[in-house]
Amino acid sequence: MKEKSKRVIPGLGLSLGVTITMLSVIVIIPLASLAVFTGRLSFGEFIDVITNKRVLASFEVSFVTAFIASLINAVMGVVLAWVLVRYDFPGRRIIDGMIELPFALPTAVAGISLTALTSDKGWIGRLFDRVGIKIAYTRIGITFALVFVGIPFVVRTVQPVLEKLDGTYEEAAGVMGASRAVIFRRIIFPEIRPAVFTGFGLALGRCIGEYGSVVFIAGNQPYNTEITPLIIMAKLQEYDYGSASAIALIMLIFSFTLLFAVNMIQVRNSKILKGGR
Amino acid sequence: MKKNLYKIAAAVITPVIAASFLSSCGATASAATNSDTGEKNEKAEKVTLTNVSYDPTRELYAAYNEAFAKHYKEKTGKDIEITQSHGGSGKQALEVANGLEADVVTLALEYDVKEVQKAGLIQEGWLSEFPNDSAPYTSTIVFLVRKGNPKNIHDWDDLIRDDIGIITPNSKTSGGARWNYLAAWAYAQKLYNNDEEQVKDFIKKLFGNVLVLDSGARGATTTFVENGQGDVLLAWENEAYLSLKDAPDEYEIVTPSISILAQPSVAVVDEVVDERGTREAAEEYLNYLYSDEAQRIEGNNYYRPTNPDILKEFGDVFDLNINLVTINDFGGWDEAFAKHFADGGLFDQIYEKE
Repeated sequence: MKEKSKRVIPGLGLSLGVTITMLSVIVIIPLASLAVFTGRLSFGEFIDVITNKRVLASFEVSFVTAFIASLINAVMGVVLAWVLVRYDFPGRRIIDGMIELPFALPTAVAGISLTALTSDKGWIGRLFDRVGIKIAYTRIGITFALVFVGIPFVVRTVQPVLEKLDGTYEEAAGVMGASRAVIFRRIIFPEIRPAVFTGFGLALGRCIGEYGSVVFIAGNQPYNTEITPLIIMAKLQEYDYGSASAIALIMLIFSFTLLFAVNMIQVRNSKILKGGR
Repeated sequence: MKKNLYKIAAAVITPVIAASFLSSCGATASAATNSDTGEKNEKAEKVTLTNVSYDPTRELYAAYNEAFAKHYKEKTGKDIEITQSHGGSGKQALEVANGLEADVVTLALEYDVKEVQKAGLIQEGWLSEFPNDSAPYTSTIVFLVRKGNPKNIHDWDDLIRDDIGIITPNSKTSGGARWNYLAAWAYAQKLYNNDEEQVKDFIKKLFGNVLVLDSGARGATTTFVENGQGDVLLAWENEAYLSLKDAPDEYEIVTPSISILAQPSVAVVDEVVDERGTREAAEEYLNYLYSDEAQRIEGNNYYRPTNPDILKEFGDVFDLNINLVTINDFGGWDEAFAKHFADGGLFDQIYEKE
């Protein structure tokens, strides 16, 4: 009794109730229906669907490009966040606002404009074409689109942490003769690492399932640039709910495991940071 | 302890209350729409119809709805308002099957309308409800090439040359693109006298030349027109003419010797019109698509009118000598679908790796 009354925020019951309702209506029920639809297939059919060579190839395309894009985002996102927090220059606010554009822009619009830019007739694509690199309609193009889609996740998770970072530690380290690289590696990076991981995880989760922007730039060649969400769309077009949800389920399990792993790393990190075990 | 109990109770009860609130909202909402339609029926002044169609018919139905409203007013004295919905044909069919309220569907494929029928919304026999297999206008698959036809493309067998890059939507994700594949198949079948192995080889080579396999017809047009990819776009005739109209100096249309008669199907959604009391208007709406006026509108929008006399009026637009096979040459949609487009079907086999 005594222990309970100490709680600062009242209304735990109510808020927990709201949480459970929202969670079940928005997340759990739709996910459960995915499992139900998959249940229409027998186990053998399920295995056949998900081990189809073309489906396996699409998993490879989707996961590899999403992973590379998220890695690029993790690095570039930190750089962007750093510049936005640490430097004051004209137009900073505009650039700061532009970071969120990929959130706001309908993904199909993004896909079409990125394709126009990076095809061998486009502004950017033309330059790369001269040195023999094709961007649009290759895996590079897919990665390019995913970098665009995922960048806000990293910037927006790292930015607030950087803003709160106490500059005195850096100054102290500087006074004690640490080089800039050492300061970054030993002082700044450990602080922002959890945020980078979270941003990476969020971007990865988003990129794996991304459809709208990628279909236009991918070229959709089977085995080469065909992403998993496109295969799911094709199954739906055939009114084949069972196979579509089977593939979706596998993607979901993959993404969930990845996100879970990222979270675990983060939990461990924050424990170390707090000095506990 | 007591406090604890309250909390647990609250945690359990809140979702229940929320759920009942949500469902009661739904109930009042549907009650409201019911009284709404009741009122409309009593007044019977303004009729509303929803036409769920597919992407490339946007311009056609914008023009037709205007003409039809005028005709309907003259005939019955009532005003009519038509709401259009456009999207990928298969997606649109799914939406209607899942409950999007449509009085009529005007889709790209008989197969898509059948999906709505399977959901129990359209009665069997709709295919013969209107003339010409319920297809008031038709189209076919043609080639759009760059001005001057630099790669010298004249027929399907030019497309399997090594130096040709083809742009076509994916027959798996775009219902309309199934016609593209079937048209190529029909040509190869004639060329090789029905020797299926050779036909398969031909199709394999053809799709091996495909540079970008877009998910939809408009996407493929963008790839070919805006991004300048490929030498030839396999397109619906009406889409090809639209691109040509936009940029007459950049493209040419090549009509192959054999192609397929694409028959976009129309149907009244029985369940919906009976509930809303709009059957008479919906049937008139589809029937009028066969009138001389509407047939000319269709021709002007580059669909081939089914009325042979009016088709002749457009003889300078369309190549009327083209040899058109129909879906019945493939044994009807069900058979064609099972053989070619089902999982592991011939279309999948093109891309199978040995």
